[in-house]
Formats: sequence, structure tokens, C-alpha cells
Amino acid sequence: MANTTKKETVKKAAPKKATTTAKKPAVKKTGAPKAAPKTKAAVESAIPESPLVFERPEKFEQVKHSLEKVDALGLVCGTQKYVGDIDLPNLLHVKVLGSPHAHARIKSINTNDALKLPGVVAIYTYKDVPRVPRTTAGQGWPEPSPYDTYLLDSKVRFVGDRVAIVAAETIEQAEEACKKIKVEYEVLEAVFDPEKAMEKGAPVIHDEKDAYVPIPIFYDKSRNHASHVETKVGDVEKGYKQADVVLEKKFYPHYAQHCPIEPHICIAWLDENDRLVLRTSTQVPFHARRITAQTLQIPIKKIRVIKPRVGGAFGAKQEVLLEDICGLVTLRTRRPCKLALTRSEEFMSSRTRHPMVVKIKMGAKKDGTITALSMRIISNTGAYGSHALTVLSNCGSKVLPLYRTDNIEFVGDTVYTNLPVGGAYRGYGATQACFGTESLMDDMAEAIGMDPIKFRQMNHIVEGESSPIFKALGEGREGVDMAIGSCGLAECITKGMKIIDWQKKYGKKGTGTKRRGLGMCCLMQGSSIPEIDMGSVFIKMNEDGSFNMLLGATDLGTGSDTVMAQIAAETLGCKHTDMIVYSSDTDMTPFDVGAYASSTTYLTGGAVITTAKKVRDQIISVAALKMGEKIEDITIADGICYGKGKKNKVSFSDVSKYSLYENKQFQIGAIGSHISHASPPPFAAHFAEVEVDTETGEVKLLSYVAGVDCGTAINPQLADGQTQGACMNGISFALTEEYIFDNGKMLNSTFGNYKIWGTKDMPNLQTFLVDTYENTGPYGAKSVSEISINGALPAIGNAIKNAVGVRLTQPPFTAEKVLKAMKELKSAKVEAPKATAKKGKKK
Amino acid sequence: MKLNVKINGKKFDLEVNPNAMLIDVLRDAGFKSVKNGCSEGSCGACAVMIDGRPKNSCIILAGQVQNSEILTAEGLGNPETPHILQRSFVDHGSTQCGYCNPGSLISVKALLDKNPKPTEADVKDALDGNLCRCTGYVKRIEAVLDAAKIIQKGTKGKK
Repeated sequence: MANTTKKETVKKAAPKKATTTAKKPAVKKTGAPKAAPKTKAAVESAIPESPLVFERPEKFEQVKHSLEKVDALGLVCGTQKYVGDIDLPNLLHVKVLGSPHAHARIKSINTNDALKLPGVVAIYTYKDVPRVPRTTAGQGWPEPSPYDTYLLDSKVRFVGDRVAIVAAETIEQAEEACKKIKVEYEVLEAVFDPEKAMEKGAPVIHDEKDAYVPIPIFYDKSRNHASHVETKVGDVEKGYKQADVVLEKKFYPHYAQHCPIEPHICIAWLDENDRLVLRTSTQVPFHARRITAQTLQIPIKKIRVIKPRVGGAFGAKQEVLLEDICGLVTLRTRRPCKLALTRSEEFMSSRTRHPMVVKIKMGAKKDGTITALSMRIISNTGAYGSHALTVLSNCGSKVLPLYRTDNIEFVGDTVYTNLPVGGAYRGYGATQACFGTESLMDDMAEAIGMDPIKFRQMNHIVEGESSPIFKALGEGREGVDMAIGSCGLAECITKGMKIIDWQKKYGKKGTGTKRRGLGMCCLMQGSSIPEIDMGSVFIKMNEDGSFNMLLGATDLGTGSDTVMAQIAAETLGCKHTDMIVYSSDTDMTPFDVGAYASSTTYLTGGAVITTAKKVRDQIISVAALKMGEKIEDITIADGICYGKGKKNKVSFSDVSKYSLYENKQFQIGAIGSHISHASPPPFAAHFAEVEVDTETGEVKLLSYVAGVDCGTAINPQLADGQTQGACMNGISFALTEEYIFDNGKMLNSTFGNYKIWGTKDMPNLQTFLVDTYENTGPYGAKSVSEISINGALPAIGNAIKNAVGVRLTQPPFTAEKVLKAMKELKSAKVEAPKATAKKGKKK
Repeated sequence: MKLNVKINGKKFDLEVNPNAMLIDVLRDAGFKSVKNGCSEGSCGACAVMIDGRPKNSCIILAGQVQNSEILTAEGLGNPETPHILQRSFVDHGSTQCGYCNPGSLISVKALLDKNPKPTEADVKDALDGNLCRCTGYVKRIEAVLDAAKIIQKGTKGKK
């Protein structure tokens, strides 16, 4: 049985040893080791072991079917409730006064006039609240992000940073009060360029004494240096000497915002037991509870966090941004309150994708062997270090293992600037880093005279192989060694080529002013954070044979409630509609880290199987008792338990009634947890076809094809929907989304001026899933949600290069930039052919 | 001011501030399907039908809809008897977070009322003002085209 199977099934190839030097995070583990248990038997029996692999049924009844999303009808009819869809009497409206300056000290702040305005109930400044350094990053405790953020501070570090909190009877009164608060600022020199921010003499953004990082990792706030990671495998210098061609290029993936259509919102009230209830649009209810308690200096038991339906999140809501403010207002005023960000605030003062400088160096032989690969990242985390280390390390860990090479080097720094704050954003570093590697893969293929797809096919990782990077780059601690158990990348490539008609179209640019080009890229991501993330589930049976399933995992619209219902129903032997799913509520549902790191299906799905099996065992015992049969003779199909030879049968409903009312009464139900021991990558190949207008520089995306291997798609329709949504988000990011700044202030913080794509912008978008089976995942599943946002930047960039010969390194790929690059290429060709590569370099 | 409107076929006599936005009036009156996404008329989450035309209620003053007939997603159907479009959205997996769904459904209801046999381009045109960050739009376009066919065939269901 799966439960007893140990690590040997996971690790196959012995990877080359990686040496992570100097600032390597220390391993903080003190509990029982999970990967290779050699602990005492007593401890093992007391603490349940999460299985390394799961049973594989011969056929699936519920899983692998596109069953109806459990909340779908309520969503389309408008009856499902989001945070703001309840009315509370006596509600206060909260507004945060944002800083007009990128970097300033508050010399004085006077709220007297504002407090006199009608309807204004309370105003809080840094003088009125506890000063507790902490992070807003909703990560597991202790967080690998610096404690550099305060409820309110006497210093502001970016335009939009918190200055004061106003609570009033109406939102208009709160807004009016914000205007009447008199703040005298000492404006400080600001720094916007991450490379300059690291230089000696640069303005120090966190000059306060009390900021620190809660785990033993590198942190040097005196140099605006929020994190540093480096690791080496083999000898890159030797590798570059062996290469026929060495290429090096810098890429500049840009600022972007998640743009969930529901902006951040939180409502707070005191319940009948005087506990603080926070109803909030969050990915991380348990982390939100913990961080709010920490910030307000109140016990965790005083707080209940409820996550109702969430209107999209994409990483933006893996952040504890409003809960502390609402908690403060409600505890101080003893009245319910609501804080909802405006769209403009969502852009400026929530969280963003970390913009980066990605320098990639690659050496290859003419036969296509990659001899060395170096990645140098400078990540701009803005004013606060939310996810500073982990987004950075994911640049390496979710990208570098994709292609085989003996010599790898990763060096990364995260730097503070006086700009909007970076955070978790779907793709989480992989988006930024793979733009560099996948662009350079094309340039390298061209330089060695090889087809770009063949070059990738020769080098990409396959089943059974490993990468030393998996162990070298973890999240705040060492990673977990693993071999690839499932990889459908080869099929993603060949099928994608057929759909976009690569063989026929590639290289046929056409003549005239409009040129066509094809580009592609390969991708990988992860599935949960191994040996760190934990999810748990509670299932209980009702008289009619239905089950309540309580999940700490947070459905953000992704469909995870449905996916979990399908996994549970498969395990129990009933229909997914017999599962009444509830997520999430810190008072009601067991713990789950939340929806991030592509974890829910893979991680919480494991907890669902473990829990549902316990419940199934109880059902079988009761059925055997009721029918007078032997336990081992009982089989279950479609909510009915059968005795030996199927002569006797008893329905789930009868089993439940028997256990509740008739004999040896007990509640059939169980709780179960799961931690992941691996993080199997999903794989994908993306293809883009563009038409570039050589007169205007305009790029028209004609077709986009994405093939994804997510292991078993528990619900193929939902997995496909995740892929389509991620592709469109990536495409929009690559071609139009852009922050425009003036002295640190974003100038285009509206949907009117920050273009996210609508239906009329759509290319011919085609997506497909490649079926593989991941033994370590629930019913063979890996993750699907994040990976497909990563493809558009490199695939479209490669297609533009294929069409008009220019390599764009500073997205978005606007007409202006394309035209400029084409002009530069033209003038460079006229002057002298200037190679960016050390072409023809012999070993 | 007194606002006399018909919402989802029912008469309402509401006391409102003439400067109030229609979105707030509707939500305060209990029509929570009307969502706020941008407050500037760009995202379509608050779209409602006013006298047969889809409009973004976040940029319409309450005073502008005196004596109008308003339709929200609640008026299209409910989970027990959903509108064919709502059923089709569900069947095609067009709903993820769902926040943009009510507004999107209003836009395509308006389309089908006017043009019962839309082309794909017509559907894209009708939905262009309804931003969705989850789905990538593919499945909802299929859903609308399919719903149009079902309605054309006169299959049973609430229209």
C-alpha cells in the first residue's frame, strides 16, 4: 500500500552535487525528518506519515471528468456571496491616506480638522498604534520575508504608502477627512533603479533599527539589500571554455499588477463573544489570522477569519493588506467596518510582480550540448521585502532544471527601491527568469545553426532525470532532491507544433510591410513547496449519505472546491455532488497553508484522499455490521455498499442512519493532513504566431497555442480554463500591460490606461492537456494554475525576432519599442555587423 | 429624491441621494450581483440592462434612471431555474471566480435580444467591455454561441 512506500520510488537519478555557498539559508528543521524517516517507532506511530505515493485506481469514476463546478450556478446567478455582499448595521467605512511622496519622513501630522468633519469617527496615525515589525507576505511561519513593514510608520517609502487610517460613517466622509489631515513631510532622496539602490551612498530605505528577517538568511538593509541567494553546480568557467558559442544578454521583465476584478476587500466585526471576525478576500486565511494577531498584538484565539467567494487573486491576495487595518478600527471603535481598495489603490499600494534585471549567460557546442548556464538576477521588491527571497530563489528553481547541463550558476539579489511593492504573482519568479532563458535558447539555436525546437528537444529534462538545482534552491532553506516522475513535455512540443502548423509556416515571413513570425518556448513550474506546505481536511457523513467537507484550502475561483469534491467522491465511492464543500473559515475548517505555490490540487488533494479513506473504512465497518458481512467482502459503488457476491446491499444513507441512530452509534467522519515530499513540475510548450507591421512596429498576435502536462487533470475543463486564463494574462502582460512612473508615482492606475486584454484583443487561442501520471500526486495530478502565465513573454518575443530579426529585452513589446529596435538593427547593419555573441569561439 | 424604477420586473419606490451611483443604489436595494471592479466604467462588472441596453452602473447617477426598467443577473434566473445563458456558462466551464459573470451575462443577454444568431465576432464585440482575468474568454464565447443555438431551437427553458 502507498502509505508504507518510502522514498526510493521518488528518487531515481543521482544528481550532481550542488554547492550553495556563503549566504545559504540554514535549515531550521527541528522536528522529525520527513523525507527519510529513521525516527523512533513511538514517534512514528504518534505522528501520521504523509504518503510519498498514492494508489492508482484502474479506472476513474469522478476524477478525470469535467464535472460541474460546485459553486457555478450560484456564481452565474449572482447568488454566491463575496466579501462585500453582506450588509452589516452600523458599518464604518475605512479609507487609508496614501503618501504623495516616494520617500519621506513625517515631520508632523495633525488630524484635528479632519476629526471635526461630520461623520468622522476615528483617525489613526503611527502615534496611535503598536509598532511591530512584520511582513505582509502570507507565507508559512516563520516567514522567509523580512519583517520590515508596520501597521503605520513615521516614514513613507513609496507613493501610496500608508500615512493614516480614517474611519467614518460614509466612504465620502472618510475620503473628505483624508484631504483635511495636515501632514508635513521631510522629503528624502528616493531611489528607483535597483542597481543604483545597491550602490554605496544610495538612500537607505529601511534605516529603522527594528527591521529584521526572522530566519537565518542574508539581510543587509543598510545597503537596501533584502535578500541574496547563490548556488553553483560544477564549474561554469570550465563549461564556457568548452563551448563553441557563448552568449550573454540582459532582460528586463517589467512591473505588472494581478488585476483581480474584485479588488482587495475586508469587513470586520466583533461577534457575540467579543471576538474579532474578519471576512476577507484572501488566499491565506490562516496566515492572515496569524499575521493580524501579530500586528495588533492580540492572541490568535481572539480572531476568526472567514474567506467567502473570492473574485480572483493570482497572488495579490497572498498578502495581508487590509486585515490589520480593519481589525484595528473594529477593536478600537467596537463597530463593524469595511475597507475596499479602489482600482487605483489596487495598482499603486497593493502588490505587483517584481520587476527584474535577468542576465543569462549560456555556452553551447555546435552539436547542441549546453556546456554552462549562468543566471544573475536583480529583483526589485519596491519599498518592502514581501516574498523577496522566495520569488528570487524560484527564478532559479523553477527554470534552471529544465535543460540538462553540468555547469550551472545562480546568483540573485533582491533590492529595495522607492517603488510599489513586489509580491506573489502567478508564475512567481519563473515568469521573469524564463523570459531570459527561453529568449537566449532561441538566440543560441540561431548562433549554433540549429533549429530552436530541436535544440530544446535535445536538452530538456525527461522522466527519471533529476537536477541538482532542486536540492540547492529551496524556499528559505535547502530544497528537496527529486527525480522527475512524469514529463509530457515532448508531447506538448510535437502536438503544439502540429496545431500551429510549425513545419509549414516557420521561416515564411512573407514580403511587404507585414512580416510573420513563429516563436515557442518550454516551461516548467512546481507543485507545492515540498516538506514545508501542509493542508488538511475534515469530512463527516450526513443521514442522506452526503458529506460535509471542510477545507482550509481556499478556492479563489480556481475550482479547487470542485476538484477536492471529485477527489473525495472518487475515494469514497459516491458522486461529487454528494460532497458539500465549505472553504474556508479559521474557526470551522482545519489548517491549510492556503492557495499559493501551485499547491492546492497536489497538496490538499493528498489530504482529501487520506481523510476520505479513513471515512470509507468507517463506512465499510458499519455496512459490514449492518449486513452481517465480513469487512473484507464489502465493496462500494455509487454510494452503495455491497456484501459478498453483491447479494446484500446497503446505501450510504442507511449506513449513516445506522451509525447515528441504531447501533454502536458514532459520527462517521475523519480529519486528515498531508505534507508534500516532492514538488513535481508540470511542463508546457507554448507557441505564438505574430504579424509585425514593419512601418508602424505594431505586433499582432495571430495565434497562440499552449500544451500543458499537469499529470492527471482532475477536472479537465477546469484545468483547461486555468490554462486559457493564464495564457491570456501572460499575453496581455507581454504586449500591453505597463506601469508608467513619474518620480515614483504611477501615472496610469486605471483600467482605462493600463490595458488588460478583452475579447476583441484575443488571438486564436488553442490549449490542450497532455495526459501523464504523477505517482506522488493525488490520482496522478500535478499543478496547473501558474505555469501558463510564463509562456507569452518568451514565445511572443521569439516570434517577433523570427519575423523581423529584433530581440526585444524590455517588455511590453509595444509598437514603439519594436520600431525603435528595427531602426537600430538597420543602422547597425549599415555601420558594421556587430555580434553580441563571441561567435566561433573555440575551446 | 424619490426614484421610481422597475428592477427585474418589480416596481421599486426608493429614497436615494440624486448623486448616488446606480451601482450603490442597486446593491443597497439587495441586488448584490452588481459588482464593483473599477468605479470608472472600464471593467463591466457592474453592467445592468437599462431599458434594454447594457450600461455600466458605476458611472450612471441614480437620477438618470427615473422610471426606467432595470435588469440584473438576479432577474435572468436563479440556481433552480437558470436562464439558458447562465446554464450554458456553467456547462461550458465559463465561470471561475465568477465576479465578472453577472455583468458579462447582462451584456450577452442584450446581444441575443437584439441579435439571436450572433457570429463569434458579434459575441466578442458584445463582451469586450467585460473584463475577465480568470478565464481567457474562450469558454464564455463558446457558451454564448451555444446558448444562442439552444434558444433558436426553442428548447425548453426560461428565456
